Formats: sequence, structure tokens, C-alpha cells
Amino acid sequence: MVTRGFFSGRRPPSDSDARVPPGQYLEQGFPVLSAGPTPRVRPEDWSFTLKHGPRPLKTWNWAEFNALPQSKMTRDIHCVTAWTKFNTPWQGVMIDDILADAGIEPPTAYTLALSFDGYSTNVPTKDLVTGKAMVALLYEGKPITADHGGPARLLVPHLYFWKSAKWVNGLQFTERDEPGFWELRGYHMYGDPWREQRYSSDP
Amino acid sequence: MSAEPSSQSPWQAATITRIERRTPRVTSFWFRPSRPFTHLAGQHVDVRLTAPDGYQARRSYSIASAPGAGTAIELAIERLDDGEVSPFFHDVAAVGDEIELRGPLGGHFIWEESDGGPILLVGGGSGVVPLMAMVRHRTLRNTAVPVALVFSARVWDEVIFRDELIGLDDRLDGFNLVLTLTREPARRPSDYSRRVDARMMAQAIERLPTAPRLTYVCGSNDFVSAAADALIDAGIPAEIVRTERYGV
Repeated sequence: MVTRGFFSGRRPPSDSDARVPPGQYLEQGFPVLSAGPTPRVRPEDWSFTLKHGPRPLKTWNWAEFNALPQSKMTRDIHCVTAWTKFNTPWQGVMIDDILADAGIEPPTAYTLALSFDGYSTNVPTKDLVTGKAMVALLYEGKPITADHGGPARLLVPHLYFWKSAKWVNGLQFTERDEPGFWELRGYHMYGDPWREQRYSSDP
Repeated sequence: MSAEPSSQSPWQAATITRIERRTPRVTSFWFRPSRPFTHLAGQHVDVRLTAPDGYQARRSYSIASAPGAGTAIELAIERLDDGEVSPFFHDVAAVGDEIELRGPLGGHFIWEESDGGPILLVGGGSGVVPLMAMVRHRTLRNTAVPVALVFSARVWDEVIFRDELIGLDDRLDGFNLVLTLTREPARRPSDYSRRVDARMMAQAIERLPTAPRLTYVCGSNDFVSAAADALIDAGIPAEIVRTERYGV
């Protein structure tokens, strides 16, 4: 349905069309969104745990985690609130390297990312491995600020950005695809921006 | 979140039935959906504009009206000069126009009568809009749930819904309005003229008969960060603080 009198808009430059998913606009800033107050997690209180269901597989403290091999990913990111930001530069530990350090293969096909503030979000395990995702520690070469999820946040850049859990403190492998915080509140179980999977009723 | 039949587009046409200027930068638009729905206080809708060449822009707007208040929902839209959707509404949209919308949406920043109270609401600028839906819901349901609303605006003339809020405050029925103006002196004896802080939050909490059961904070990212920190410094547990940020 064409809207009467709407012509202009903030169109992406034509050479970037192919990088902006449907329904998204290009944002230069870096908006902040969250469901509650920003937790202030001190490095000495920080830890990261891999779990299979309720059973812990391995836990790292801040120093141990920072000693893991680090990689860089520069990616376009897409928020469900309709902004897309190009070329965001992150550094952190690939999920592959976390699993390698724990000496395990992923035990199940589904994962819940868990956070210090009680947030959770589900991601299929295959979307976390083979170079697709990391636990990010740095943004633009500097520690991630608390409002953007520091000290550490999940980065799954090919899915809507609520899947990239802020203040992440663990990954829990689950037998079934279990909805997380927003997925229980009407948002999509998978969240592919290229298929516009914003809300639970989207195909 | 409404159940949307998968065979049907989640988007629907809604007709603008009324337009009313609220402040120099905020105007309310009433939309009558072609497929009526009942929302929850605090929910939003997505609005989608389509240009003749197919280009689309979409934004989320909180609903200001109470659930069940009428056949049209009220969106109070702030004009953002560098925006692409809000200038369209302020400069072009007219009564009778059809606009596509989707919703109601959102399952976290909501308050229902059954959630109980007391509740503490903290809004900055147009962040008051979803809180207004909660205040109106309380009024329409005629419940005694104690509510305090701390509303921060730059100046008196930018206090959205000002007459309605002061009218509700004057009823002394358990709704407390605390205004704070950041760029002007306070106009009412019980109001403030500074940014929100822990002492202001503590004094707002004292206006409630018991500690709040839930608190809702909405506004710009900077406002929400400052207000949420102030609430925690005033002794509110983080687990009962729900936030909604404009993002930018």
C-alpha cells in the first residue's frame, strides 16, 4: 500500500542496498536497547560457564578467558527495531575456540545464551560454530562499555541483534529449542534479518 | 502479543481519525485499525510507510491510549528533525489518510491491573507515552492501585498530557504526579527543577503507601540509564525495574 505523500525517506546509498535487509534503515550511531537496568559487572566477579542442561562443563574466570585465542570480526549488524549498522569491529573469543579449550564437541543442537542480569536468548548451536559467532571483549579496539554489554557480550551478527546477548556469562546446551527472554515475549525463535523474522508470527 | 493468523499479513490499514497538537514537538494521532484489536498498557505498534517506488520505512511507536478506550488508538509522535517517519506525520499526514500498522507488540514493558502495585513510573520526554497508557488504564479501570509518575521534561510547555495529568493528580485517589523540569524553575510546590536523581526517587517512593512492586522507566538511553541508576541507589531491586529505551 503506497502511503499518500511519502516520497523521500532515509534511503541507503544505492551501492549499499544489497547489505541492508528488508525493512531496515542505515544507522551511523550505535543505539542502546535493554529490558532493565545496566548491570555493572566487575572483572573480578566475572565468569563464563559452558553447561549441558543444568550440568556445568567448564568455567573460566576473567583472566583465564582473556588468555584464550582471540579473533577479530568486522560485520554489519541488524537490530529488530529496524536499524542496521555497517562494519562494526569486534574482537573476542570464537565459540569454536571456547569449545576447543573445553575439549568438547557441542552435545546438542540447541543453545541458550545466558546473562548476568537473567536475560537469555536461544540460538541453534550450528549458528554459533564454524566461525559464525564469538564472545566479544573489545569493540573498536577498546573494552566494550557496560551499556553495550561489557565486559563481554555474545556476537551472532547474522541474526537480529537481540540474539547477541549482552553481559553474557554462559552458554547452555539444551535438548530442545527453548525460548529465551524476548522469544517468550513475542519475538521470533530464530531471527533471520534477511527473512524479516522479527515476531513469533513471522514465517 | 496478539495472535496473528499466518495466512494473513500481520500489517493492516488504519485510518487517521483525529490529530491534536500536544506540545511544540509532540502531536497525537488517532488510528482506527481495519481489524480492531485490544492492546495492553505499555505495548507499541509498528508503523510502515511506503513510497511509490516501493521503498519502505518503519518505526515503533508506543500506544498512549488505555486498552478499551475507544475504536482508535492514540500514538503521540515526537518530531525528530533528522527522522524520516516523524516529519512525515507532522508535515504531511491528515485525517482520513490510511497508514499501515502492525500490532499490538511487546510483552515485557506492560502493566495490567492483575500485576497489582504500587507502581512507580519514570518517564523522560516522550518516554511518558507508554506510561500514560498505564495511568489511563488505572483510571479507566477505576482501581485503587497506588501509582507515582515521575515525569522529566525540559520546560513546562513540553510536559505532554500536562492538563490531564494534573487533573488526575488533583483527584487525590492514589495517583501522584511528580514533575521535574530540567531547564526551568518548578511551577508546582511539590515539583522539582533538576535532572532525576536518587533523592528524588526516594521522595517519590515515600508518596506510595508501601514500596513499589514494579517500576517502569522509559526515555532516551541517557535518561533511562540515569533514572535506573537513581532507582537502584534509592534501594529499588534491579529485578523489579523494567526499562524501554528509544535506543538513540
